Order: sequence, then structure tokens, then C-alpha cells
Amino acid sequence: MGSHKGVLVCGEIAEGKLSPITIELLGAGRKLASELDEDLSTLLMGSKAGGLGQDAIAYGADKVYVAEDSLLDDYNSDAYTRVAADLCQKVLPSIMLLGHTDVGCDLAPRLNGRLGGGLAMDCLAISIDPATKLLVSTRPVFGGNAHATMVSKSARPQMATLRLKVVPPAERNDSRQGQVIPFEGKVDPSAVKVKVVDRIKEEVEGVKLEDAEVVVSGGRGIGNAQNFGMLRELANILGGAVGATRPACDEGWAPTRLQVGQSGKVVSPKLYVAVALSGAMSHIAGCLGSKVIVAINKDKEANIFNVAHFGIVGDYKEVLPALTAKLKELKSK
Amino acid sequence: MNTIVCVKQVPDPEIPPAKFKIDPETKKVIPPAGVPPVISVYDERAVEAACRLKDKHKGKITVISMGSGKASDVIKHTISMGADEGFLLEDQAFENLDSFGTAYVLAKAIQKIGGYDLVLCGRQAADWGAGQVGSILAEILGIPVVTLACDIQAADKKFRVKRTVKDGFEVLEAPMPSLVTVSSEIGLPRLPGGVGLMLARKKQIPVWKAQDIGAEASQLDKANAHTEITGLSVPTRKTECEMVTGGTPGEAGVNLAEKISKLI
Repeated sequence: MGSHKGVLVCGEIAEGKLSPITIELLGAGRKLASELDEDLSTLLMGSKAGGLGQDAIAYGADKVYVAEDSLLDDYNSDAYTRVAADLCQKVLPSIMLLGHTDVGCDLAPRLNGRLGGGLAMDCLAISIDPATKLLVSTRPVFGGNAHATMVSKSARPQMATLRLKVVPPAERNDSRQGQVIPFEGKVDPSAVKVKVVDRIKEEVEGVKLEDAEVVVSGGRGIGNAQNFGMLRELANILGGAVGATRPACDEGWAPTRLQVGQSGKVVSPKLYVAVALSGAMSHIAGCLGSKVIVAINKDKEANIFNVAHFGIVGDYKEVLPALTAKLKELKSK
Repeated sequence: MNTIVCVKQVPDPEIPPAKFKIDPETKKVIPPAGVPPVISVYDERAVEAACRLKDKHKGKITVISMGSGKASDVIKHTISMGADEGFLLEDQAFENLDSFGTAYVLAKAIQKIGGYDLVLCGRQAADWGAGQVGSILAEILGIPVVTLACDIQAADKKFRVKRTVKDGFEVLEAPMPSLVTVSSEIGLPRLPGGVGLMLARKKQIPVWKAQDIGAEASQLDKANAHTEITGLSVPTRKTECEMVTGGTPGEAGVNLAEKISKLI
């Protein structure tokens, strides 16, 4: 453990550029490295990774390891795990950071399994304990209803996947100096046991739930699939998306991909309209990041009013049409 | 097709948050009174995935769960869904293990069962949600892993697995045996039928202790834990809910429109 030193960021490349999470990770990593007085390095994978080395340096990396191999252009679990594990075994980082993205969610636990480190997933904050110099990771547990802090006393590397947008992106400084180091960790094609045979882009009608600035969600109280149309109307007026609770999806009133909550999607729109849903712990976990929550429910004791900013106690079937009509009128002005 | 599914018993996440209490001293969650624990939601979907494969290809489903005596309830639930056999991994030494310890115990049990084509886990647990036991388990077993599956098909000694990614799906081909972690997009778990419930009631769930699966004490020693929880807290959120009223619910709706139209 004494020989493990420095912070390593596992970078991601999207459309030929460093992805936003990578720039955030470099910012967070730089801070940790400075506190430890150690180096910040990053790993970039893909046939054009070398071209982004200077960018990574400008965003704070001291060393950029580039693994240039066309087998690494698209994410493949076996290939990425192999290269990242080989690099870690060579440079022995004390801390390794990944994004809580499609790549990080798959790669981090697997890499951890191979390296025998200590991993905290989906972190909201990371810092260095001033006394022990250990990485302290804060992550949501019990569907976000509690936060746990975790450390790895002896397992190395100390690993964390960081949720998007919980730290500011690193500031670019083109006068920064650093090294770009080719990493000759060629991928042996026979080591790739699982092959990606197809990638399908999902076409979504209207605004995507995760990207929507307004989300109108319905729960069990909506009563049937047809009535979800009223939610759709309100969402359309506001340029938003429709969501649903798990019970509503289980009833088949809304497709599972619209499920908001612990076992569905986590959304953080400007406005979240919760209609005829009680506000179970698992659902709240998916919408707590919303700027303003509006609750419409017949039951004045419903938990949703405890987290809402505006509330109406009443039957949504009477409230929604009036609300939608008025918003339409105000919008047309 | 022989499948082993790993399941976990968790506190029911469908409770009102007011019932959710923690003990910051012991860093544990206090189980809500009168609410029975349930099978973790993703694990139930993993059992559903196993049942769908069994519907098509026959074979056997074995379910394992690490936990206290009550966890045999969740194993019985999986038997009522269509699993054939279940084992409860219960030992004082298994309590409060981290992800590595948990994966180690599951790996030992899976190696004892043997003869599997597929190991299934939920993508993460509904309680601590570490989201890594499946992947570590695959590394210990030395088999390939596919995470976040929403569909699993088997043909020609291979699996075709559809996995969920941000803007769609990936389709992967994995050899047998492999480990797959299952996401909720796979669809609803089946409801147990009368016959299933009867079978489950009668079924004996053997208990395996550390020595039964050959788990070494050093691997279960908390001093060797990879991660340690140093704090647990409930984030404070203070919101004042402004109640919007009106002569009728419709009027309240109109008044609400005035308020929120300024926000967007």
C-alpha cells in the first residue's frame, strides 16, 4: 500500500472530445492530488486518444496515458477492464476516479474486482481526510434517503465513481505542462469474451425524461392508462415529459422507461409536478433533485406534501384541466 | 439451462420516508416496525429472467441468499415464482460483510453448487446499493460478465444479452457460463401461482454456514475489509409547502398556474 501514489482519472471520450464528466473528474482529481501533494494522471483509451492528451493536461493532468487501439474506440467491458487493470498494476495509483456513466458503472466494479481495491459508486462528494489522508467518499444509500461516508483503510486503489454535475468542471489552462505517455497495453482480441454485436439508439417521442426541464408524474391515484393523457397534455404545454411511479408502471398505465424513482430514472428538472402519488421513499429518491416540486393529491396527509413547494389538496381530475388551460392561456400571451 | 440466482432481502423501499429511521451510532438502518422485509426489486427481476429462460429451455433454477433466518422467506418467494431449489447462507461471520466479502461467500456457494450455465444477480441492492457484487463475483468465478441486462436469450451455447445504456441499448454475445446483472427494464416479475405457493410452503431451505461452503475465516475477517462505512446520516431537507387553494379544485388549479408559470 505504501507504494501506491497519485490520483488516476479514467477519462472518457465522446464525439472526439473529452466528455463533460472527464473534465469534472480532472477538476476533482486535481484538488485531491494537490492536497496529497501527489501527481494527477489520466488514462484515455481509443485510436485517437493521443490527440486529446494536451487537452487533459490543460484541464489539470500531470501525466496522460494514452492507449491507442481501435478495439478501444467503443466501450467493451473486457477490453477496457484489461487495459485499465494493466495500467493500474503498472502505475499503482492510490486513488482512481471514474464517472458514474454507462462506462464507469460497468468498468469500475469489474476493475475493482480484479485489482482488489475499495470502491464507492455514485458518489456525491469526495475529499481527503486531513488526518489519515484517506479518500472519503459520500454516496446515497437506501434510495437516497440516507447518505453514507466510506473509506478504504488498506485496499488500493481507493476507487470512486462520481455522479455527473456534483463538482464544477476543471478550468482550462493551456499554459499547463505535462507529459503524454503512450501505454503499450495492446488488447489481445482473444481476451475479449463478450462481444458487442449491435447498438440501438432509442427514438424518444418529445423530450427525454432525463433531459426534461419539466416532468409531470402520476401515481396509483391516476386510476387508469387513459387518464395519463391528462398528464401528457400538461407536459406538452410546458415542453416537458411524463413520468410515473413504480405502482403506476406495474399496473401497465405507463411504460417502465418512464418510471421515476429508486429503481427507475433519477430526474432533476426545474419543475416536478407530482399528481395523485403519495410520495413513497423509493419514488422521492428519483425526484428530490428537482428545483420546485408541486403536489396535487386528494389526501392532505400524503407524504409528497412534505417535500413539495406548492400543493393542492384536491381531485386531480378537476385540478389538472383548469391548470393546463390556464397555463396555455398564460403561455400564449 | 442451469441458472443460479443471487437474491437479497431488504427493508421495503415502498414505505413513507417518515418510517425510515437510522441509528447514526451503529451506522445501521432501524427496520420499520410492522413492515416485513422484501426481496430486492432487481433481484426479483433476475429471478423473472431465470424463469423466462426456464420456460423456453427447461433446466433448473437454484437461488441463494446470504442473510439471517428470515431471508428464507425471499427464497420461498422465488420458489413460488418457479425456482427449483434454494439455499440460505447464514453465519455470524457473514454479517456486515462488504462487497468483496459478500461476493466471496456467494462465489463459494456457487462453486459448491457447480454445473451452472448462467449466474444472475440484480444490478444493485435496493438498500445499500453498492452496485458491484455481481461484477466482483464474476471476477472471482473467472467468468465473463454483462451488466444492466434488459433481455437475455440463449442459443447455440451462447447468450444474447440486451443491456440498457443512456440513449438506447447494446446487444452483446456472451459465452456459457457467464454472469449477468439484471435491470428493471427486463419487465415485471410474474405473480406466484397456486401450485408455486404450495411448493414453496413445503420446500425445505437448507442453511449453509461458512464451513459448509469452505469459506476461509481470513476472507471473512472484518480487519481485511476493502471498504468501511464511517458515517450514515439522513440528509436534512426543509421545504415549506405553500398550499394553493380556491373556491373549487379548478380555481385552485388556475391559481397554481399563476404561480408556476413564473418559474418556467
